[in-house]
Amino acid sequence: MRLNGIRLSHNKNTEDCETVELGCPAKIIVSMSQHIGAPAEPTVKVGDLVKVGTKIGDADTRMTCPIHSGVSGKVTKIGEILLPNGKACKTVEIESDGRQEKDEGLSPPEITDKASLAAAVRASGCCGMGGAGFPTHIKLDYDEEKAHIDTLVINAAECEPYITSDYRELIENSEGVIGGMKLIRDVLGIERVCIGIEENKPRAIKLFREKLASEKGIEVIKLRSIYPQGAEKVIAFNATGRIIGEGQLPSDQGLIVMNVSTVGMIYQYAQTGMPFCARRVTLDGDAVGKPSNISAPIGTPITDLLAAADTDIENIRRLLAGGPMMGMSLYDPSLPLLKTTNAFLAFKSEAQEFLHTNCIRCGRCIEACPLGLMPCEFEKAYDRRDRDALNKLKINLCMNCGSCTYVCPAKRPLAEKNQLAKGFALSR
Amino acid sequence: MKKYTVSPSPHLRSGASTTLIMFHVIIATVPAMIAAGVFFGWRALLLIGFCAITSMIWERLCCFLMKRPDSTEDLSALVTGILLAFNLPVTLPLWIAAIGTFVAIVITKQLFGGIGQNFANPAIVGRIVLMLSFTGRMTSWAVPNGLDAVSSATPLVTGTAGYFDLFIGRCGGCLGETSALALLIGGIYLVVMKVITPHAPLAFIGTVYAFSAITGRDPIYQILSGGLMLGAIFMATDYVTTPVTKKGRVIFGIGCGLITCVIRFWCSAPEGVSYSILLMNIVTPYIDMFTRKKPFGAKPPEKKEAPQ
Repeated sequence: MRLNGIRLSHNKNTEDCETVELGCPAKIIVSMSQHIGAPAEPTVKVGDLVKVGTKIGDADTRMTCPIHSGVSGKVTKIGEILLPNGKACKTVEIESDGRQEKDEGLSPPEITDKASLAAAVRASGCCGMGGAGFPTHIKLDYDEEKAHIDTLVINAAECEPYITSDYRELIENSEGVIGGMKLIRDVLGIERVCIGIEENKPRAIKLFREKLASEKGIEVIKLRSIYPQGAEKVIAFNATGRIIGEGQLPSDQGLIVMNVSTVGMIYQYAQTGMPFCARRVTLDGDAVGKPSNISAPIGTPITDLLAAADTDIENIRRLLAGGPMMGMSLYDPSLPLLKTTNAFLAFKSEAQEFLHTNCIRCGRCIEACPLGLMPCEFEKAYDRRDRDALNKLKINLCMNCGSCTYVCPAKRPLAEKNQLAKGFALSR
Repeated sequence: MKKYTVSPSPHLRSGASTTLIMFHVIIATVPAMIAAGVFFGWRALLLIGFCAITSMIWERLCCFLMKRPDSTEDLSALVTGILLAFNLPVTLPLWIAAIGTFVAIVITKQLFGGIGQNFANPAIVGRIVLMLSFTGRMTSWAVPNGLDAVSSATPLVTGTAGYFDLFIGRCGGCLGETSALALLIGGIYLVVMKVITPHAPLAFIGTVYAFSAITGRDPIYQILSGGLMLGAIFMATDYVTTPVTKKGRVIFGIGCGLITCVIRFWCSAPEGVSYSILLMNIVTPYIDMFTRKKPFGAKPPEKKEAPQ
């Protein structure tokens, strides 16, 4: 069986752009909601002094991990922002003192078993860095009675156009990635580790094949450059042949699937005790003068990043967080960098308005859907508000990859309708 | 601070459009048009042009009267006009052809909601209505004979044409259906351009071949004569009126092939391609219903326990 997918032009303009440090932004605005799950609560007050790595937010809920400051300075405000996903959340604003002093309390964690690994990963503030942002400690905190994890899949597909931040992680931090893989493997007693890289990154494939040549049980898997290769279910199937079924988690199939930058981050914390408070982000798009990969503290305003990449900020008409297929379009460039953002794309052209015509039943959306769904049927069922039909067609499996909208010759907004239909079908 | 327009993902679209697809279909009909011009003379081209233009006029008029956005620019009416002309004998008076395009565009397509909404192939319905209403004129075939066309029966009735003549189209019949070669070139173009998948045409032609062989008829003669190539390549691949999945398209093709053979061999009508496609158009929603794709990793529907 081969999963469907679509061919996109890669536009990896930044693949040879070595990561540059942004330096210290004057002010950071750290959102207390960085990823899916419950938001954190600020643990600092206005006027508190913080350093790089100081914890500034946390919560007791399971799906939350702590948030740390990426700069040294003074907390000036506990504010509120509207995130691009439409949710309002608290923020901690920190004025930097420019010294970037590290918090003295930071020290490498002691990792001996599964529980201590999960605790350390939670303390590091790690969440999936590929986009969806599932808190990483949850993946490691599976129930050993119920799940036997035998395979770790490292997702380095990076199938979205433009984005190269994971690719740069592979090239620049290969030791860290391998170290992280081994750490997780050894602590959890996993038999097989596979790292899936798309064939449009031959240099990374070669580098890892060389470095892992003598390693037993760690495999580099060359994946076809087909979108959405990096979707969790897709890469899990293409790397291991296992099908993560409806309503299942990867652990139900004996798998842990992790983004490559996340693995690098876990290793960094395990070695130095420095938590997740800065990340690499790709800046590209036709409004960006110098497409680049920039490493910046979490909470850095997007305008600072755009300025560092020589962007003509006045002429931006469209700004995306993430890739052009699943990224979110932003209304305001003063929003901050989140832990889950792997790219900012700025374009000089407005979002194009497409006149859509009737569905001509060409079946291209069905041929494109990686999960074998029928988007054209979803649309018809949603238009007549047929909840039973939507559930029978498995609207709940749609992951909003956007392939159906991409291929539709009648330019129908299928992915958008799928999301509406999903909300409709699940509400009762 | 400056605010931007936001839009839902994906922010990329492919270059495909309905107009482009129809344009490719028109390109694919060009070889058959040339063949018609060569074998039947300039009047064949006149008839094709006339049908194409009247189709566009009906479409525009309908959109105007029904207060719909004008849909002539998607070129689908042009395709319908050309395909209907392919199904007409070269001697047909123009006013009859105009009735044909009226039935195709106004009655079969626009009254059902325009592009994408019609349940049957407009060109097929147009042809069948003309066939039943003007049987004599619709069956006065012209045989290409040097410069002049002479009236005679189609090879499907006479059964006496050579394979080569049938293949290149030097035989009697509707003006676009005779040249298997030209139609195949068009079909290959459509497959290469990824406009159609070859499932329905192969299943259709294959079924006719197999069924003819089983019942002791000359299978090559059967697939080269009549409207089979035209129907299989251009009519049984119409998106709107055929199934959406590949599996469904195979079933559609097999059904068309069987009905065609039954009509050809045991009915009083000499040709059954158009009826077979119309009948399979009608069952398309059911084929779609039974050939839904199985979603990746979906839980099988809960089975009720069988009574002990």
